[in-house]
Amino acid sequence: MAGSQTKSTGAQKKTAPKARGAMKNAPAIADFNKEEELKAYREMLLIRRFEEKAGQLYGMGLIGGFCHLYIGQEAVVVGIEMAKKKGDQMITSYRDHGHMLACGMDPNGVMAELTGREGGLSKGKGGSMHMFSKEQEFYGGHGIVGAQVALGTGLAFKNRYTNNGNVSLTFFGDGAANQGQVYESFNMAKLWNLPVIYVIENNKYGMGTSIERASSTTDLSQRGASFGIPGVQVDGMDVRAVKAATDYAMEWCREGNGPYILEMITYRYRGHSMSDPAKYRSKDEVQKMRTEHDPIEQVRARLIANDWASEDDLKALDKEVRAIVAESAEFAQTSPEPDTSELYTDILI
Amino acid sequence: MPIQILMPALSPTMEEGNLAKWLKKEGDAVSAGDVIAEIETDKATMEVEAVDEGILGKILIPEGTENVKVNEPIAVLLEEGEDASALEAATGAPVVAEAPAADPAAVPAPATVPATVAGPVVEIIPDDPEIPAGTEMVSMTVREALRDAMAEEMRRDENVFLMGEEVGQYQGAYKISQGLLDEFGDKRVIDTPITEHGFTGLAVGAAMSGLRPIVEYMTFNFAMQAIDHIINSAAKTLYMSGGQMGAPMVFRGANGAAARVGAQHSQDFAAWYASIPGLKVVQPYTAADAKGLLKAAIRDPNPVIFLENELLYGQHFDVPKLDDYVLPIGKAKVVRSGTDVTIVSWSIGMTYALNAVAELAKMGISAELIDLRTIRPLDMETILTSVRKTGRLVTVEEAFPICSVSSEIAYQVQEQAFDYLDAPILRITGKDVPMPYAANLEKLALPNVQEVIDAVKAVTYTA
Repeated sequence: MAGSQTKSTGAQKKTAPKARGAMKNAPAIADFNKEEELKAYREMLLIRRFEEKAGQLYGMGLIGGFCHLYIGQEAVVVGIEMAKKKGDQMITSYRDHGHMLACGMDPNGVMAELTGREGGLSKGKGGSMHMFSKEQEFYGGHGIVGAQVALGTGLAFKNRYTNNGNVSLTFFGDGAANQGQVYESFNMAKLWNLPVIYVIENNKYGMGTSIERASSTTDLSQRGASFGIPGVQVDGMDVRAVKAATDYAMEWCREGNGPYILEMITYRYRGHSMSDPAKYRSKDEVQKMRTEHDPIEQVRARLIANDWASEDDLKALDKEVRAIVAESAEFAQTSPEPDTSELYTDILI
Repeated sequence: MPIQILMPALSPTMEEGNLAKWLKKEGDAVSAGDVIAEIETDKATMEVEAVDEGILGKILIPEGTENVKVNEPIAVLLEEGEDASALEAATGAPVVAEAPAADPAAVPAPATVPATVAGPVVEIIPDDPEIPAGTEMVSMTVREALRDAMAEEMRRDENVFLMGEEVGQYQGAYKISQGLLDEFGDKRVIDTPITEHGFTGLAVGAAMSGLRPIVEYMTFNFAMQAIDHIINSAAKTLYMSGGQMGAPMVFRGANGAAARVGAQHSQDFAAWYASIPGLKVVQPYTAADAKGLLKAAIRDPNPVIFLENELLYGQHFDVPKLDDYVLPIGKAKVVRSGTDVTIVSWSIGMTYALNAVAELAKMGISAELIDLRTIRPLDMETILTSVRKTGRLVTVEEAFPICSVSSEIAYQVQEQAFDYLDAPILRITGKDVPMPYAANLEKLALPNVQEVIDAVKAVTYTA
């Protein structure tokens, strides 16, 4: 079923994703109005520009260690954020900057965490892979592949325990989808009907290994089948498709039907991390995705085509986003390193 | 020749049990495989099946009898053609193997346990400042103390819940959670699939979002499947989040060697967890400490590793009858004061230490005995105060010797009390080998009282 995802071709009309489980009557694409298109465009652009700046700061030696950029995958987290309600939690892996920006965490705080400064969201003690926000219900930022799947299932357990009506959005990649604890989690999530959406961001490579070389079956949306968890493949490059699928899965969870799997077919333009030259795929493959399926360009084309924004409007928007990112980079370089006394704080309460 | 039916051992650590019910009466024919009686231990009720066929000639232990020792004859089976006249010879005759447990090799508990795990023979100083004078003391097992601690805390805070394998309907693999499902329901006493990695991660996620999980591992050997979540997810989140969120929860269960369960089920993990910043590690010996410290662990805003010992579950200790008995984590207890040598131990190591202290007293050696109770944070102040007084230190633990808790104690003592030491610090530990199964080898692999006595004699230069 690996080829069954819908293709993104700009504003072209699409058919529903191959119906499975309870998704039969769901629309393939959310009908975005002008405000929604503009919001999606702006949010995705913020992530893109932020990540480009982070790459730049990494190259300057201002960001250390690992740095996993989200460029290319922006539609996934932005579409999901647009379907979220206040109180719904998010948890993801180490490719997490986009998720933090999408859920409203301060770009200055995120960038300053990347540079390891006092003004960082974890006071400089977490780094690129470890940021959290109680306020925005963001539970990290986890560096062990697959660990967040069990943790995210625990967030859903809390929702059911307290009957708060919230849904846990638990993100992981195609690489993590082969970890054993993912299936331990699936089992408990369905056994106890926990409100969790497993969002598999299938960017086709687990570090340098393509999904075909790592997975015995490549339709990850069906990985929950033996637990009775329905799932669909979604065009993760089209923010409207992401939004529509997530709306549906949210309702499924909130109605008490238990977990749902959304496999977002997406693509990362950069290497696995800043130190990965990505020699395992051709330049053409990347170029083709960028020119034909770019999530931001798709929205841009629709905004222009529908006369919802002019080139000048979009330039102004781009300028505004760049200013936010420039400010975050400035803050990340001027915020002091954490006080040395911070070495021994926050170990125990 | 009549055959004696013996009281069977139903678990590796069972020493005695109650003969709850006879399902056959004298004169009944018995076939191999027939259930003839029900036996109760503190952990379970089990059926006794006949191994041979014959006529139940005489019941030696009536139903309702409590504390019947393993291997005690409970009935006599007559073979085809024999009559009651054969009975007299049989009941006085040497034991003939019949019940499954009659083979001495299958009854490990008496073979390995009593010599080392007998109750304390030294009076424990009952001077916990937390206990008001005149408080009534109640004798209870460590098992009951742990259960009461959980029940009290679950009544106090509805966010506290217990999850693990067999904690609910089965009432606990070691019956620690007996009665909790009835009182709190399956929302708060949760039977999990056998997936330690997954349910530990789930519990950590629940803790990060505000609940107070107690995760029970059937034994800590199985927690190795889950150790990534205990360390990377639970212990480090508070630091990585700059103090924004952590994992207030308890990981508890049987730890260390039981009896005759082999290498994969017999490891003490205290040193592993104690090396991790962000965790607290508690390892009590008495029922009172088990209760007071488990209550403290459940209330603690940090992840706490609570290491129990299967061989201690059934032992009785005095527990103060107080509405809310909570002990401070991180405080060792001077169990017996002395002048000649300091012995530091904890958990089941205390059984060796207490017996050694009693023997040493007879030799005129006055040992000061400290029960650590908490491994992290380590109460070095109590140890150092004692060592500065006695000038000598012997430690006793069952864990592996390399990079053990006692390695750390020895290091810190030489660093902070070097000038006070009159002899090298000696450690009594488990041996540096995987736990063997054979009874004699297992006994060799564990510490024993004589080793403790010898170490004390060595550091006190006593012949």
